[in-house]
Amino acid sequence: MSAAPQKVRAGAEKIDVTISAVTPLNELVTRFEFVRSDGEPFPPFSPGAHTIVELNDGGRTRLNPYSLMSDPSDLSTYAISVRRDDQGRGGSLFLHRNVSVGDELTITYPVNLFPLDLRGKKHLFLAGGIGITPFMAMIAHLERMGGAWELHYSCRSRALGSYADELKKRYPSKVQVYFDDQAQSIALENLLDGQPLGTHVYVCGPKGMIDWVHSTTASLGWPEENVHSEEFLAPQPGKPFEVRLCTSDMLIQVGENESLLEAMERSGVDAPFLCRGGACGQCETNVIESEGEFLHRDHWLDDDEHANGKKIMPCVSRFVGKSLILDR
Amino acid sequence: MSRFTFPDSIASRPVYGTLEPKQGKAHLMIADAEGAEALLDLGMHNPDIFKNSHVIFIPKDTGQTYIGSLADLDPEQFYVGPSYDASVPRIRRVLSGAHMGLQVYLAGTEGLIGQAQNEAMQAGIPHTAIQSEHRGSVARRMQCVHCKGITEDVTTDPFVCSHCGLNLFVRDHYSRRLAAFQGVRVDAEDPGNIPVPVELYS
Repeated sequence: MSAAPQKVRAGAEKIDVTISAVTPLNELVTRFEFVRSDGEPFPPFSPGAHTIVELNDGGRTRLNPYSLMSDPSDLSTYAISVRRDDQGRGGSLFLHRNVSVGDELTITYPVNLFPLDLRGKKHLFLAGGIGITPFMAMIAHLERMGGAWELHYSCRSRALGSYADELKKRYPSKVQVYFDDQAQSIALENLLDGQPLGTHVYVCGPKGMIDWVHSTTASLGWPEENVHSEEFLAPQPGKPFEVRLCTSDMLIQVGENESLLEAMERSGVDAPFLCRGGACGQCETNVIESEGEFLHRDHWLDDDEHANGKKIMPCVSRFVGKSLILDR
Repeated sequence: MSRFTFPDSIASRPVYGTLEPKQGKAHLMIADAEGAEALLDLGMHNPDIFKNSHVIFIPKDTGQTYIGSLADLDPEQFYVGPSYDASVPRIRRVLSGAHMGLQVYLAGTEGLIGQAQNEAMQAGIPHTAIQSEHRGSVARRMQCVHCKGITEDVTTDPFVCSHCGLNLFVRDHYSRRLAAFQGVRVDAEDPGNIPVPVELYS
């Protein structure tokens, strides 16, 4: 599909980095800043891009995607902001607890699945909670270009509103913050009504918010091309299952707390991936034979493909049943 | 009969559909000549959308034929113009003041559809969200790839560029940016060897 150069290994090219700053922002969110371990400048990235951070958690490799939130014009530093998820699989907890200044990590080259459409006459950003991160980079970029933008940022409380005060102070007329605990919410229909022709809306936040924005814009006659969203799915745990990989000639077990993709990697199979969150389509795998039920969780395959059982996205989707044979 | 089914061609060649009502805050409808029939068909089943509609109609050689029945659709605004060029300032004014949720419907000749689509695209509507229905003449708006001049309403292949006088053959290679098909010198390799012009799709 893409014209990317052929690579020896799956995933984007990697960069060795050193943690240069760890800044707790509030009870749940901490910012981590990286410099390149070789002292070189980072490759430029377009706002909206993410990187995958490789964490070695007690011998287990965790690969978690995070949006780059630093100013894209500053190639000395990449920064991510990570929300601690106590119920999650442990990647964010590991970063919060075990990573400190001076530590060395590996991250991937940036990949952008949530780019600005620069044909837009105006960019309307809707952020929910930690979904603020890609917009930090987009705002820095548009400010430099003189682009028209507006941010509506919904967070749980003033105390948990990462960057809310900073943004509001810097761009008082372009930023509106809404606090759940004060019963404030984005008046979406009202906000969308009267936006100039050529406005693009971008939403990053929980699934419910993304669905709400897609359905509301559709009902108001917005073209779907003008509505952009990004949600990284974390693989969900599930019942262990067994998979036959026919190209690799292997029978592997997928554990309760690992994804099919992670199980393949653990078994030494070099399976393709980019986002690891069900969005990019890179890990799409053909099903040779199956007897059971697919638990599709990705945003990539369409409803028909989910129904016909001929493809699976191993980064987030699972399987329950007697047997599954994949072309991998 | 105002409908014509274009044969399959290269991917560059525009394809047209049938106008359908779309949910939206306002509707902009631009048609020329027999394109009026597409608007009348739309209005027959969906009279309500004309309440928030601005209809811009260029009759060309259809004269008074459609004006009365279009007016009967009772659009919110109804403009009849002498030519596409004369209607451009109005189209630009409408688009510059429009809001998201505007739906655009284009009907008639390829020249009108292409140029109006280009205006709407420049105003920020993705081309895939602009509806169009071809009706009437199969005449084309052609760009001479040599002098870049535009010749309107080309009905024969080859034809003479109205700017540089070269004999050009009519290609299906289309430019959305220029809203024109590309015309290439037909006798480039054998000057003077010019085929007899034939009517398009004859």
